[in-house]
Amino acid sequence: MLGYLIKRLIQMVVVLWVVSVLVFLMMSFTGDPTYMMVPLDATEEQIAQARRLLGLDQSLLTQYGLFLQNLLQGDFGRSYVFRQPALGLIMERLPATLEIVFLAMVLALIVAVPLGVYAGANPNRAGSRMVMAGSLVGISLPGFWLGMVLIFVFAVRLQFLPSSGRGETVEVLGLRLSLTWSGFTHLILPAVTLSIGTLAILMRIIRAEMMEVMKQDYIKFARAKGVNHQGVLFKHGLKNALIPLVTVFGLMLGDLIAFATLTETIFAWPGIGKLLVDSIYRGDRPVIVVYLMFVAFLFVVVNFTVDVLYALIDPRIKIK
Amino acid sequence: MTAITAGVERFFASELFHNYRRNLSAILGSLIILLFAGMVSVGPLLVAQDPYDISQLDLMDSFKPPLWLEGGDSRFWLGTDGQGRDVLASIVYGSRISLFIGLTAMLASCLIGTTLGLLAGFYRGRLDSFIMRVADIQLSFPSVLTALFLMSAFGTGVEKVLIALTSVGWVVYARTVRGSTLRETQKEYVQAARVSGLPNRKIILRHVLPNVLTPLIVVATIQVGTFVLIEASLSFLGVGVPVTEPSLGLLIKNGFDVLFSGLWWISVFPGLFIMLIVFGINLLGDFLRDELNPRLK
Repeated sequence: MLGYLIKRLIQMVVVLWVVSVLVFLMMSFTGDPTYMMVPLDATEEQIAQARRLLGLDQSLLTQYGLFLQNLLQGDFGRSYVFRQPALGLIMERLPATLEIVFLAMVLALIVAVPLGVYAGANPNRAGSRMVMAGSLVGISLPGFWLGMVLIFVFAVRLQFLPSSGRGETVEVLGLRLSLTWSGFTHLILPAVTLSIGTLAILMRIIRAEMMEVMKQDYIKFARAKGVNHQGVLFKHGLKNALIPLVTVFGLMLGDLIAFATLTETIFAWPGIGKLLVDSIYRGDRPVIVVYLMFVAFLFVVVNFTVDVLYALIDPRIKIK
Repeated sequence: MTAITAGVERFFASELFHNYRRNLSAILGSLIILLFAGMVSVGPLLVAQDPYDISQLDLMDSFKPPLWLEGGDSRFWLGTDGQGRDVLASIVYGSRISLFIGLTAMLASCLIGTTLGLLAGFYRGRLDSFIMRVADIQLSFPSVLTALFLMSAFGTGVEKVLIALTSVGWVVYARTVRGSTLRETQKEYVQAARVSGLPNRKIILRHVLPNVLTPLIVVATIQVGTFVLIEASLSFLGVGVPVTEPSLGLLIKNGFDVLFSGLWWISVFPGLFIMLIVFGINLLGDFLRDELNPRLK
């Protein structure tokens, strides 16, 4: 176990290093940030000085060395637009993103688990077919478009929910959270929009797992010993069907964070996704770099945790 | 000629076709795909205007609602946008771009991924571990995000979207093909081919390749739908296709600005068409997966 952990930790570091090289190369070959820094009427001399300040007159390798050194010291550079440390910008907006991601995930689970269990336990009923058709529609529609439709129906026509922005927030343990009524109403539409894709995929996975599990002998045995229907489904069936679900958690989180960029853009939700899209428009390189490194770090850690958890939950899986 | 008729006959007599005829959702899926195929091929001849020929646009026609609403115009069934462009005509032209991108990127991904997968699975060793490590790293990032970063570096353009989609799409083929190739190379027919002195290139192309293709049909089908969706997301964010070649996603983006004034049809209809085509593709893909993937039976 310990050997496995060490091996995985080394792998994590290697992955992050590769990502840092790729990010650096991509950023170096796309546009010159000097012009973001200098006034429009800058002289040749001022431009040359700005280039020196940014270290752009050095060789690519030296630049990368400096870049890596700064990364390791937790210095991700300052945003060209906000003139603030880029990492601070991300951290400031992270709670807003985590809020909709978390709520979307909870929503997806609440809806997908019962429907998935139902459809998996009774695959031939009309209701199950409807559930499956519904989930296929959920996978097929562009999430951002659904968000727009929701805005139109609930905000423009019914004027029932706010269409954009984050409501009032309160500070809890140093985090700004939407724990007010206004905050909650602002949270609903983005969270629903974000959850649809994950919900649909989750439902299909749970159904497939349930269908597999319900064929097993221990289900027959549970029935034979007189466990009631609910008990068979949830205690014996779902419990075993959930194990493989742990492995898709990392993927789910990844998708949610990725699609949060779109959802946040539509709802003007002040999270890291919107920050990323805005920074891409503005060519604000340091922010893009931090976002990438941060998200890479997050995914690597989550995937690592998931793998370890998986081994702990299911004793049949032996870690090599 | 006889070979072709024999092949066609064999297909109609096959279990796949037998099951297909009894599967309503598979038939529905293919009908939707056929509908779109018809729309993108002959559609431009049927719609009233070429939405990108400025001489055919009239500002007097701007923001007309769909036909069935008050103020609807019988020339513009699904209404018009701010420049008097027929929404239906824009959708017909936009579907061409969306589907062209989805199909081309799928073919490119399939070609590159299959080649790398065959090489990795057949030769193994360092090449194999290298390709698979790259695949692992890439898979730990959601494809939308990777494509978004690539596009933010490249800038807009149809060919750039194709490159971005192919860079995220090859992985799934490489992994699938590598797995099947590893299994196939253990089998006797490959060993027989080796013993009889065939060069590796021929063994790979004539013996291994035909036997690893079946699972790819499912992957390729569904990937077209995924690519259409990713392209739409990129274009919606403004880092996909350029404004001169608007795909369905860009049409949605254009309509977003006026959504708050209640002009919903400009963005809602293109989205419905995306949903319809991807739904059709997924219906067919689901059927193929159940039929062609023996593990699920």
